[in-house]
Amino acid sequence: MNKKNKSVVSYNKWGYIFLLPFLITFIVFQLIPLLSTIKNSFYEHYMSGLTEVGPNWVGIANYKKLFSDGDIWKYMENTMIMWIMGFVPQIVVSLLLAFWFSDPSMRLKGQRFFKTVIYMPNLIMASAFAMLFFTLFADSGPINSMLVSMGILKEPFKFMNSVTSVRVLVASMNFLMWFGNTTILLLAGMMGISSSLYEAAEVDGANSTQVFWRITMPLLRPILIYVMITSLIGGLQMFDVPQILTNGKGDPMRTSMTLIMFLNNHLYSKNYGMGGALSVFLFVVTGVLSFIIFKFSGNEDKYGKK
Amino acid sequence: MKKRLLALSMAMIMVAGSLSACNKETETTSTSTGSTTETAATTDTTATGTTDNTATGTTDTTAVAASDEGSVLNIYVWNEEFKSRLEDHYPGYEKVDATTGKIGDVTVNFIITPTDDNAYQNNLDEALLKQANAAADDKVDIFLIEADYALKYVDTPYTMSVADLGISASELADQYKYTQDVMTDANGVLKGVSWQGCPAGLIYNRAIATEVLGTDDPAEVQKAVADWATFNETAVKVADAGYLMTATVNDSYRVYSNNVTSKWVDGTTINIDPNLVNWVNDSKAMVDAGQTTTAALWSDDWSKGFFEDAAQPVFCYFGPAWFFDFCMHGGEDTAIATNGGWAITEGPQGFFWGGTWIAAADGTDNPTLVADIMRTMTADDAVMKEIAEVDGDFVNNRSVVDELAADASFGDSILGGQNYLSVLASGADSIDLSNLSAYDQGCNEEFQGAMKNYFDGNATYDEALEQFYKAVEEKYPELSH
Repeated sequence: MNKKNKSVVSYNKWGYIFLLPFLITFIVFQLIPLLSTIKNSFYEHYMSGLTEVGPNWVGIANYKKLFSDGDIWKYMENTMIMWIMGFVPQIVVSLLLAFWFSDPSMRLKGQRFFKTVIYMPNLIMASAFAMLFFTLFADSGPINSMLVSMGILKEPFKFMNSVTSVRVLVASMNFLMWFGNTTILLLAGMMGISSSLYEAAEVDGANSTQVFWRITMPLLRPILIYVMITSLIGGLQMFDVPQILTNGKGDPMRTSMTLIMFLNNHLYSKNYGMGGALSVFLFVVTGVLSFIIFKFSGNEDKYGKK
Repeated sequence: MKKRLLALSMAMIMVAGSLSACNKETETTSTSTGSTTETAATTDTTATGTTDNTATGTTDTTAVAASDEGSVLNIYVWNEEFKSRLEDHYPGYEKVDATTGKIGDVTVNFIITPTDDNAYQNNLDEALLKQANAAADDKVDIFLIEADYALKYVDTPYTMSVADLGISASELADQYKYTQDVMTDANGVLKGVSWQGCPAGLIYNRAIATEVLGTDDPAEVQKAVADWATFNETAVKVADAGYLMTATVNDSYRVYSNNVTSKWVDGTTINIDPNLVNWVNDSKAMVDAGQTTTAALWSDDWSKGFFEDAAQPVFCYFGPAWFFDFCMHGGEDTAIATNGGWAITEGPQGFFWGGTWIAAADGTDNPTLVADIMRTMTADDAVMKEIAEVDGDFVNNRSVVDELAADASFGDSILGGQNYLSVLASGADSIDLSNLSAYDQGCNEEFQGAMKNYFDGNATYDEALEQFYKAVEEKYPELSH
């Protein structure tokens, strides 16, 4: 407006203006839904056919119902088991691959090609991937006919009937889809470690195991924590793969039903109350678990900064 | 100043961008074409082009009346079936592209949402709930429904009474009673009509019948499957010969569930009918004896039995008239149907499967056209006969069915030329649907899903039942057991 205002203060304003888009999107798409979810969890509110029931204030009745039959812990356990089954091989393989890729003495050829290839599965939609596995492992699907004709099995193995095999299938799909992504992240972390440290270790006569555990791992810790937390949050929200693979049923006997699949069951009747209560529970669990990982992995400042 | 404006507009664009991404879905569903209000001039041409096989009077009035009613007819469907019937048999229907057509001046707009994951009903519910405030061209005019969830819509004011559309009961007198029972609300008002009836029978593999039973004559085979006791005896013989009696336990489910003596839900309490317990017991015995499997309907494992190269050929499927063309892969190289290797008989109990009903949405802006579509597609003898002959539907018209049933030249090549209408017609009048409830779809689905665990040996009957209750109560929070 006038020349007097052209001071430092008005530059600060620009900062706020540029923050505005983020702030508005955050408020509209994150904060308001979060608060309304919490609010919904205290109401009875669903659709019965085409008639709307509620919203009626019911206090903590939804939470009581959620915890009273104890199923939620079962689904939580299913989710965590399938996540860990996928995450452990994922982090091991990713670390190994990233270490090999970043090790200049290995001189791996065709790095670019392999980096692309291992990332590929992530580009396929999870539901398409699950559909593919569903067909491959059907009772009379190609895997079974192969195993039978090779004489490994006498009769087709019903993959979808066994708790272990369903969980293994889900875990291996998640592993296949995400190990490339994790490798790239860890690789970026390893590239950031100054090569002078490795040279010094070499001069001191350290072998490659020592280098890995004493130099790479400690310096990689911030990235590792990041990978673990994002994977944990992703794991808790595991949905599309088991949903498609078991046709939404979580069979056998709901042993592969995850928390979000349980949430999805409540969406059939647009049950905002129960859905809200479950979402709040998930929110709290995610927060607590992330905090635990963060604490137990040590303070990143100790290693990350000089 | 300029900079500030620029920044502000950039910020707004970013926000708008992220908002518009969320809007896309709703936009694509309503693809109404821009060219709408052309007036009376063009009605003449359509009126002349339509006069072949319907009563000329009705079509003329439609074309005229439609021009002062809404210019867009929105039809909510879940597959292409009704669209192709309308394209092929409704006089004056012009196809424009895959999902639009024209009747006179009126643009016919098909909104196709697949049934998977309940998507069709979710989409329809949303549209119906907004019906009152929707612009005339966006209003739902016609929607199709299935028997399993018909009452969910019929028992609400969102469907229009057929009588209010000007269609009298006498015009529909030739229709099978059960098709009207499905669409009759609690007060006895008829809310929708169908062009097809879906009485079903037992479709068996002729080669296996000849080998195991010594004959493939429908009347003789019927004796071996006349009730569940003999059906189970035959299953033993079929299994001994190395075949499956049925492809999966879910094949016979509808036969049992159509013959229940009580509703799924009594007040708000879930109720298990004794006949469903029979299904569970019979099926468990069959699975344990290796006479059937627990594969899902429509899965690859299920449809293997339609082909000659199946590892374990299947003796019979349960199905209505649409089953022949829709499921049995007729015309494909190794399909049994290609060589007419199937035949149909009544089976242990009468039942029906499927069927599509046409309902008018309350608040439609094209009532005359909607009424005419209902009348032409479900009550016009000539059109009915055409549909029966061309599409092989079991049409919802007694006189046409009786006429064709007596016609020795009418038959289906998939069934080796057998005239299946007399077999099915005998069942059509006996179907009793007094035990439908609005919860049937969810209950049937979850019951079969939960019991699969019992059949597979992953749970006891009680555990499976407990899981069924759990799943149903998740879907319908108002229910309990």
